[in-house]
Amino acid sequence: MASVAHTEGAGAAPAPAPHRRARVTGTRRRWAVVFLLPALVLLGALVVYPIGYSLWRSLYDADGSGFVGLGNYADVFSDRATLTAVRNTAIWVAVAPALVTALGLVFAVLTERVRWGTAFKLVVFMPMAISMLAAGIIFRLVYEQDPAQGVANAVARSVHDTFVSSSVYPNARPNAAVSDLRASGGGSFTTKGTVRAGTPALLPLVGIAPGRLPGAPEEARAASGPGVTGTVWLDFVPGGGGTKGRIDPGERALKGVTVEAVRDGRAVASARTAADGTFTLPASADGARLRLPGADFAAPYGGIDWLGPALVTPAIIGSYVWMWAGFAMVLIAAGLAGVDRNLLEAARVDGANEWQVFRRVTVPLLAPVLTVVLVTLMINVMKVFDLVYIIAPQPSQDDANVLALQLFLSSFGGGGNYGVGSAIGVVLLVLVAPVMYVNIRRLRRERRP
Amino acid sequence: MRSTGSRNRTHRAVATTAVLLAGAVVLTACGGGNDGNSGDRGGSSAPSGGGVRLPDLKGQTLEVAAVWTGPEQENFTKVLDAFTERTGAKVDFVPTGNNTSTFLGTRIEGGKPPDVAFLPQVGVLHQFAQKGWLKPLGAAARAQSEKNFAKGWQELGAWKGTRYGIYAKAANKSLIWYNTKAFEAAGISGTPATWKDFLSTAQTLSDSGSPAVSVGGADGWTLTDWFENVYLSQAGPEKYDRLAAHEIKWTDPSVTDALTTLAQLWGKDDLLAGGRKGALNTEFPKSVTQVFSGGAPAAMVYEGDFVTANINADTKAELGTDAKVFPFPAVGAKAPVVSGGDVAVALKGGQGAQALLTFLASADAARIWAAQGGFISPNKALDPAAYKDDVTRTIAKALVSAGDGFRFDMSDQAPAAFGGTQGIGEWKDLQDFLRDPGDVAGTQKKLEADAAKAYGSG
Repeated sequence: MASVAHTEGAGAAPAPAPHRRARVTGTRRRWAVVFLLPALVLLGALVVYPIGYSLWRSLYDADGSGFVGLGNYADVFSDRATLTAVRNTAIWVAVAPALVTALGLVFAVLTERVRWGTAFKLVVFMPMAISMLAAGIIFRLVYEQDPAQGVANAVARSVHDTFVSSSVYPNARPNAAVSDLRASGGGSFTTKGTVRAGTPALLPLVGIAPGRLPGAPEEARAASGPGVTGTVWLDFVPGGGGTKGRIDPGERALKGVTVEAVRDGRAVASARTAADGTFTLPASADGARLRLPGADFAAPYGGIDWLGPALVTPAIIGSYVWMWAGFAMVLIAAGLAGVDRNLLEAARVDGANEWQVFRRVTVPLLAPVLTVVLVTLMINVMKVFDLVYIIAPQPSQDDANVLALQLFLSSFGGGGNYGVGSAIGVVLLVLVAPVMYVNIRRLRRERRP
Repeated sequence: MRSTGSRNRTHRAVATTAVLLAGAVVLTACGGGNDGNSGDRGGSSAPSGGGVRLPDLKGQTLEVAAVWTGPEQENFTKVLDAFTERTGAKVDFVPTGNNTSTFLGTRIEGGKPPDVAFLPQVGVLHQFAQKGWLKPLGAAARAQSEKNFAKGWQELGAWKGTRYGIYAKAANKSLIWYNTKAFEAAGISGTPATWKDFLSTAQTLSDSGSPAVSVGGADGWTLTDWFENVYLSQAGPEKYDRLAAHEIKWTDPSVTDALTTLAQLWGKDDLLAGGRKGALNTEFPKSVTQVFSGGAPAAMVYEGDFVTANINADTKAELGTDAKVFPFPAVGAKAPVVSGGDVAVALKGGQGAQALLTFLASADAARIWAAQGGFISPNKALDPAAYKDDVTRTIAKALVSAGDGFRFDMSDQAPAAFGGTQGIGEWKDLQDFLRDPGDVAGTQKKLEADAAKAYGSG
């Protein structure tokens, strides 16, 4: 195992040991070549050749016939979509590995101390057994907008509804053509004119199907009497007909709507409509404007727009964390098993509290493992493709774009421009290279006796 | 001792190399052409059944690729079954997914193209013909095509004078489908003929409590179709052709007008089912089902004749009673007739592919297909009685009688990178416009930038 890793780490250069022996026997070098040949052929055909070809291809145009020099690279760094992809990949690399490692560390340290630690580990690790594609589909459903389907929004809605009660007549609105009620901010509607005692106000609303009013609504009735009165009703006869803005037979009353009398922007009186839609305000409301507060008409809470342009990348990173936290946890737990307990005990004896033990002893001892996990995840995150491709819906795919997806889209997604695709591939390689270099150097240092 | 040890190792190494090489050879063999049906069997024509004469292709296997899935695929499979019955050739259907040109491009470059493919966009036909990937129509297929199709349709299947394709399936994309119950509940008796009436109808429907218009904004292509109808009617066919060829820019004032007109509908959350946000989260199939099923259905949905397939398969609504249709309202002087279609082309030589094209161009195939519903043929020879229902019959008649007055879907004429790929180009720009209908100028700028790029490279 160690020698294999060594060969990989050292790249194409063969191990030095056979060289020294070769001088002794003479035929050794030939055999070394024969032994290495299969690996070299496979590496050459599957790794070196494709890299070289991509480099070469990235200098040619879409057809592969015209040489364009570095034109494709200029395209890559001037294209709106690719720049978004670069920005998002940077966000991914900065956030996802750190988050996953931190969560994995927490899980690993905590599971050591609970009785059902192994069972817990098993559950956390389970998402790793799911393919990226399946996980993508799962999270596409989790983030579904409709709270009846998406669990994320179902939670968001139940939390929201715990604190804000839902309205009685969602989406109802004044019939703008025949009423002087106008939207006045915050979902409220206010009349332009003022109400007079003895002249009942008519406040017609529309936008709800008569069949879907809550309860068994009565027919609306015109208010009468000398006071400040009026009617709030649904100005729509099933099947059409009737005169808009007038209380026609068959039109339903809206019960329980709050009506406020407003003077100089301040509510001076308020009343609720009765079962027949009428309301009566005190005489002090004479000459005030009438306002219907928005709380009665607010649309039902639609949940959070998880996959909209603003939240789509964090949402997908969330699904990635769900998948990979188990991976980090298992590696870190393995590292933790190798930590000398005496050191922890010594720290405790010296009077360190648990947080200090964790912060000053456990984490430094785990540093090599944490680095491995972080670097592995960084490389992994740079090539993330499937999750983004599947979870991001068409309208916000652009906003969720990452380099690997942009590579796919420009090569195979309609444009068919393999030149630009190869250029993005090369850029991706250049970005991964430093991380790989760090990884290889660290591996070598570790092998040194 | 030492030498034997080394010899042993040598043997093992040689064996390993041999195994690896053998493996590599096997892999190459698998990767290369594994056609199965190479070598034309060349059975001469053996007419079976009436109508078009087809060769005997017993033992051959053909592959047909098209974008259809679900009910549309099932309907087409019936046509393929009839072909198998007549010729003895086995036909496999391969769905291409939404990116047809990508799917086919990779298959062709990989050396394994399907025999026949349906291209959903004229732009793709041109692109493929230019690359030399298409095989011209054979004599028999040409004869059927000339006999059965109007000149306009024949020319749409050609590139630089050579005939490549058969428009076996067409679409009338200037239709608005409505839920008759919602119209009744709102007391609307007539259907709107102008854009102004259409908007006031929508307002009345919304007042009555049903969401007025269902828009499938999660699929970009439905939005391009909306735009094309408005543009064709408002700016006229000449401008339409010039914009389709990118001879006028997308920053043209006529585009401003069309987008502003669209914003009169798209800008009003009250008129759209679920508001703009809901529309952007609605795929095309859902945009249909939410009009014709469920507890609180929307009233109208715009799209082509293929909506019937979704109504029949996914809802309980009865075409002609629960679900009816009216032509897209006239925005300018005349109501638009935008059409689309899937063109069948041969990607491989050989008798099988040509025989299938011949069959698809015949009235026989069209008759079987029409009987399934959700299908309209520009085939003149097809007896309208073959259609499943009156609604489809009316739509088909309108399309055939439009003669050369129709205009082909603009986004389908554009290079795929502009008018035919999800997430980029016109699809994406109009989705952004639906999200923010106030930004007409910004949308035009983005459209022009994307168009310039796509037309320039393609």
